[in-house]
Amino acid sequence: MTTHTGPHPTRRLILQGAVSVALIGLGNLPFAPVRAAANDKYPEEAFKLKNEADAIKALYGRTAEPSDKIKLDAPEIAENGGVVPISVATTLDKVTTISFFVAENPNALAASYKFPDGTIPAVANRLKMAKTSNVTAIVEADGKLYSATKEVKVTVGGCGG
Amino acid sequence: MAIRRRDFLKSSAVAAASLVLPRFARGAETAGIYDIERFGNARILHLTDTHAQLNPVYFREPSVNIGIGEMAGRPPHLVGRAFLEHFGIRPDSADAYAFTSVEFEKSAGRFGKLGGFAHLKTLIDRLRGDVGEKHAMLVDGGDLWQGTGLANIMQGRDMVEVANLLGIEAMTGHWEFTYGEQALRDNLEHFKGEFLAQNVFLTEEAAFNDALAFDKASGRVFKPSTIKELGGHRVAIIGQAFPYVPIAHPKRFTPDWTFGIREEELQKHVDALRGADKVDAVILLSHNGMDVDLKLASRVTGIDVILGGHTHDAVPQPIAVKNAGGTTLVTNAGSNGKFLAVLDLALDKGRVSDIRYHLLPVYSELLKPDLGMAELIGKLRAPHVTDWSEKIATPDRLLYRRDNFAGPVDELICTALRTELDAEIALSPGFRWGVTALPGQPLTMEDVLAETAITYPETYVQEMTGAQIKDVLEDICDNLFNADPYYQQGGDMVRAGGLSYACSPTNAIGSRISELKLANGKALSAVRHYKVAGWASVNGQQGAPVWDVVGRYLRSGRMFQERLGAGVTLKGVDGNPGIAG
Repeated sequence: MTTHTGPHPTRRLILQGAVSVALIGLGNLPFAPVRAAANDKYPEEAFKLKNEADAIKALYGRTAEPSDKIKLDAPEIAENGGVVPISVATTLDKVTTISFFVAENPNALAASYKFPDGTIPAVANRLKMAKTSNVTAIVEADGKLYSATKEVKVTVGGCGG
Repeated sequence: MAIRRRDFLKSSAVAAASLVLPRFARGAETAGIYDIERFGNARILHLTDTHAQLNPVYFREPSVNIGIGEMAGRPPHLVGRAFLEHFGIRPDSADAYAFTSVEFEKSAGRFGKLGGFAHLKTLIDRLRGDVGEKHAMLVDGGDLWQGTGLANIMQGRDMVEVANLLGIEAMTGHWEFTYGEQALRDNLEHFKGEFLAQNVFLTEEAAFNDALAFDKASGRVFKPSTIKELGGHRVAIIGQAFPYVPIAHPKRFTPDWTFGIREEELQKHVDALRGADKVDAVILLSHNGMDVDLKLASRVTGIDVILGGHTHDAVPQPIAVKNAGGTTLVTNAGSNGKFLAVLDLALDKGRVSDIRYHLLPVYSELLKPDLGMAELIGKLRAPHVTDWSEKIATPDRLLYRRDNFAGPVDELICTALRTELDAEIALSPGFRWGVTALPGQPLTMEDVLAETAITYPETYVQEMTGAQIKDVLEDICDNLFNADPYYQQGGDMVRAGGLSYACSPTNAIGSRISELKLANGKALSAVRHYKVAGWASVNGQQGAPVWDVVGRYLRSGRMFQERLGAGVTLKGVDGNPGIAG
């Protein structure tokens, strides 16, 4: 299991269920700081960093600009903080990587995916969230970095009207 | 409690709100308030959040319903005199009694109870008859099946029978889901109308396991909408269930289903109805809550009217919200059967050219109960009435629940929990249902059940640190006062017994709650452990049902002997018209 390779619905459904933060650390995802798209090295340092800005810097070596061409789909309030379904699709061209950051998690970088040429740039995964946090998706496209952010609330629940 | 005709005459000047015209006097007959001038070619009657109250009730509207940020000072966050002034209602009128808490006790004696399904049946039949069957339909916004001991023991089946006789043609849901999938489906088998929900989907696991769904391709569990021909035009009704069912209630009731506001799916569905289905009007039958509906109306295009519920706001006039495609009107129709909304539409090809809206208080003393419905209600209640009719206490004060932070009903429940379960602190959910009892009115178990009848009533006692207690209060407070309505769940603040605190609604989560003190005035320590009692936990609990605990306490005759201290001190919201002066 390295990347999401295609839009085939059955395969995507299975992948959606399979990929989670817990498994990311076990995977042989081929990324490395700065030259993510070109380097096969697992970005160990980036996954260890606590702070989101530090993790982005370690993974990409630069900052992203917000883009309305990224569709970040996440619930406003999580039904279960342990498995929060979050997906990204983008109309940006030449996408090489998509990464997910949960600012308030103990380690901000949650997952990073590499996209070979010709792959539809869409990925769905489930992230474990300890508490309410901004979730940021970063898309690397044509050598530039773009981002989208949404707050996902994790609540103790109860007390509905 | 004889109703005086002149009391109603005085109120008739403001009896029914219209979007366009101010209220006018409507002639000599008091029941003339239900004579609505014919308008347009389609009439939709809307009930919501009746909470299974089969018989007429007293229900005091809130005196604290604070809105912050963009929601400050606008409906539904107006109470008391600010509400009356905004909508031009006379303070001593029947409408003031129906819509606000102003002089509630005094007016309750003058104007009596509201609602009741036999009375609603009479009113609904009349309003349908006025325009003719082919021009009218009746819809229900949910929370129809829960709120009484009877509904609880029958898992909502009583209300299905009542809904069938009443002629409800479409509904959506919230508490309906808390009976679990099987009971819900069994009830829907018997329901003659349609249950609509565009925003309930199978979880991926359930879809993978081929669970039952209305539409396997989209994963929608229920039919999203229905199209009804009214006055020769096609009107689409889309259902929007409460978006946060698995968060506000135990997830075990709906393990295979996932909810949410689902704006994008809604937009696609509206577009399809307007496009392929060529409907002339799109109505959203919503259980989002009014603040959520107001935001949704600004973002989703193509909806003519949102008929709203959940937050129990009795708002006499629709609020017009502009969006990229035009204007959407947003309503909310109160609770407990107190009100019936009448939406009259002037339909043209592909569009609504004009509307009239009336939110009619259902004054039970002005309406003759329908005999067939009265008989059905009697038949449904008969097997249980005796069990629940024993008078167990007679409180010396008004008992009500609705307010953002506290109310005598919950004060009583918290005191009962603390006393019976020997706890320092009690927590009780901020539900908005539950009826009002007048001072000196004897309470029965049926009354206790009307404040507590849920499918997860188990009480608990647990140790919590002061810091954990503060976190819980902060978390729930954010459900009320998050600046973004999409992050609110509705309901009111959790009620605290044996604990007072200060609250700054305009602050951010984590910094709203301060000055926590125990009943003895001592500051709550962040690290000390406290014995906390409660009920309605989203986690499974094993204790006795809360109604038994409250019943036991009331039978002991102690009632309100222990008064609480300061309660909740509000900060930073002086002058907010969501607080009655």
